[in-house]
Amino acid sequence: MTLVHILVFIVFTLLVRWLWPPHRRGWFILVGSLLAVFWLQPSTPIRNLDFWLPAASIALTVLTWAIVRPAQTSSRVPWVTGMILIVGSFLAVGLLRYIPGLCCLTPSRPPQLIQVLPAAVLTLVVFALLYRYSPGKNWVPGGAIALLITLFVILKSPALASLASSGVRDLQGQSTELATFTDLPWLGFSYLAFRLIHALRDFQSNKLPPASAEEFSVYALFYPAVTAGPIDRLQRFLPDLRRAGQSEAVEDTIQGGKRIFYGIIKKFVLADSLALISINSQNAFQANSTAWMWVMLYAYAFRLFFDFSGYTDIAIGLGRLAGIRLPENFDQPYLKPNLTAFWNSWHMTLAQWFRAYFFNPLTRSLRSRYRAFPAWSIILIGQLSTMILIGLWHGITWSFFAWGAWHGSGLFIHNRWVEWRRSRAPAVVDSPSGSKISGFMGGLVTFHFVLLGWVWFAMPDPEIALDVFSKLFGR
Amino acid sequence: MVDKSSSGPGDQKNVRFYADVLLRTLVLLIVCNLLYAALTPGPQLARISAYNSLFPGRLRLPYGENPERDYNMSLSSLEAMFASHEISGKPKSSSEFRVILIGDSSIWGFLLPPGKTLAAFINEAEVVLPDGRAVHAYNLGYPVMSLAKDLLILNEAMAYEPDLIIWPITLESFPEDKQLSHPLLQQNPAKVQALSDKYSIDFGVSSPEQVEAALWNDSIIGSRRSLADLLRLQLYGVMWAATGIDHAIPGSYTPRQEDLPADTTFHDLPGPNFAKNDLAFDLLSAGQRIAGQVPVILVNEPMFISQGMNSHIRYNFFYPRWAFDDYRRHLDSLSRENGWNYLDLWDAVENHQFTNSAIHMTPEGTRQFAYSLIESIVEIASSTKPD
Repeated sequence: MTLVHILVFIVFTLLVRWLWPPHRRGWFILVGSLLAVFWLQPSTPIRNLDFWLPAASIALTVLTWAIVRPAQTSSRVPWVTGMILIVGSFLAVGLLRYIPGLCCLTPSRPPQLIQVLPAAVLTLVVFALLYRYSPGKNWVPGGAIALLITLFVILKSPALASLASSGVRDLQGQSTELATFTDLPWLGFSYLAFRLIHALRDFQSNKLPPASAEEFSVYALFYPAVTAGPIDRLQRFLPDLRRAGQSEAVEDTIQGGKRIFYGIIKKFVLADSLALISINSQNAFQANSTAWMWVMLYAYAFRLFFDFSGYTDIAIGLGRLAGIRLPENFDQPYLKPNLTAFWNSWHMTLAQWFRAYFFNPLTRSLRSRYRAFPAWSIILIGQLSTMILIGLWHGITWSFFAWGAWHGSGLFIHNRWVEWRRSRAPAVVDSPSGSKISGFMGGLVTFHFVLLGWVWFAMPDPEIALDVFSKLFGR
Repeated sequence: MVDKSSSGPGDQKNVRFYADVLLRTLVLLIVCNLLYAALTPGPQLARISAYNSLFPGRLRLPYGENPERDYNMSLSSLEAMFASHEISGKPKSSSEFRVILIGDSSIWGFLLPPGKTLAAFINEAEVVLPDGRAVHAYNLGYPVMSLAKDLLILNEAMAYEPDLIIWPITLESFPEDKQLSHPLLQQNPAKVQALSDKYSIDFGVSSPEQVEAALWNDSIIGSRRSLADLLRLQLYGVMWAATGIDHAIPGSYTPRQEDLPADTTFHDLPGPNFAKNDLAFDLLSAGQRIAGQVPVILVNEPMFISQGMNSHIRYNFFYPRWAFDDYRRHLDSLSRENGWNYLDLWDAVENHQFTNSAIHMTPEGTRQFAYSLIESIVEIASSTKPD
């Protein structure tokens, strides 16, 4: 999101909040979200892909709703909604191609109507089939989750993304030789996939609240959070969307405005400034002393924090302007006394998602299936695999694998340390002075453990990261 | 259609409070902007620098085409540029013979690391004068071909008490249309005007692009870009200190053109035997006036001399033979008439020592150039007395 995007979103949200009657507000937020998906989509060298990727986000959302829809939905309303969502958004954006003054919402001209219409019709047909036949068939949500994960793996794996790019280029009659993994910058897909998987999983376990198609689409594509979260839960999001009364509009506007202001300062002043001096694979080997390497690494750590938490502030602030309280994602993570507390305060919604949909089910399953396994081994497997998956969520590369393993091992070591201390020296832990000292020391160690972990994250491959570690420790 | 039925007195109080805060903020913002515009503290702020204190001073003026790789950037504030330079961090001592070098990209050292520029090679020679003063050269070149730009920098540099000025020049810096076209000059209209008034310089062109210094431009909001540039320059100081890099040198580049076009025109010059007035030769006299009592060595800088196609009509990509020959003749006669120290080193560097243009040299070429200057430096320096 650029400053222009943010400014437009602020004005749009304020107009919607203050000028439209509350019962119609959801529709306006939906229209804003649908258009924002196209508007925020980055350009891509593959022809028309900057139209098809956002269109696919909308299609995936509507199709997921057709699977998880409430059983008692009347047959007419969803059809109207589906038509508006799919055909309306596809055509509205596609038709801009023919209006010179308004073209285009997407970075390049949308495809011709003759291509857009069949795609819209095809999506509607699939929507109809899912709507009609998916209820009662347990394999459908499972299949949808598998499809989302497959798409995710393709997009996040450089080799598969290159292959996919080559295929898409071939379809478009473009040179396949120029295909690279950066050709498919699908705006916010990681976050959308997590919201949809959450809905499908909760639907499978009968925990999903009933939501109309427009409510579900607003939840999945809500414009403040579509780019980079936070990853909300439908159970939490719906009451805000439905309430969104006028009574708190003043307070929401003030608090939202404040939050956006802080976010802009963090992201566009602090993070962008620190980016100039942050460690990367180029400058890591140009540094002429160990001390400067550390300075650049500190800059990187704070740049990441300010960038991401600044973005989250902007998203939360925009949400608040609309009357929707998005969940917090950061809570002073670098001041936490241990790694477990760090992961409870860094990218909190992602960690909570993995805890709910991977770690808890996995450890539960391990405990019930392998009763002979010692508790520590289940914790080790659970924490290591969860953190490796969180690492791979950023990209399927060895560097992110190593970063995940680093944190998984750290969490396990911390877990064992806590157990050991509890058994050895409960008095020290319980006394206020002992707690203060251990809190400070723990904070220092935790911060530097996280700091060194960023080396894996920042370097393109583990070999380079190892060289950076050598330089950091003066070798 | 706004539903205000549920708004309570608490909300109204809140609205009044925040409206009051908003109004006060707005007034404060306007007052601060007006004050900033009235006091114009920009130049003073630009002199506050982390260089020469937190970070070592730069060995050459800030310039960067690709800041992310160069760890360097171009900006328009001469105060900030000089404040980041090593010359600002070293008060002149009685044991120093201070030499400043002005000029274009070949003096700044395009495609050269900061330790391999003309100034660096002069320093490498560790010249000590008979009176015990050590020669120290400062690189104040800037990659723009314009004599007006040289004058602007020279005028600022005079505050640093040079003992000698070395001013390498080349014909491409002389056409009238090149004098004020660069943003550095466009964005310093007051300085250019002051220079013009003080030394009676006719820059020859009235530039329509010259930035008008409106009140708005002087406000905080109007100056936001230059203020951000100041901050970024300080931040790049970290990378300068950490890496010693101020210019990313590519592993390969397109070499200077050997085969030349069959074109014999040069800017707007009428043809062979052009008059001195056709080019900005008067700016050389202005430079001498700015230097005052400080000796200046004017140098016709080395250039690549092609042996390829059409080399019978052109010396290189920049110059048809007739134009450069006339230029040399004018330089020579002007120097004689005015008693200037003039060195014609146009062919002093071997051809294979030029890199991507007819004036950019390899480290070895630059070293050859430096050593051909040192004798003159010593000769002129020996005739001056310590302050």
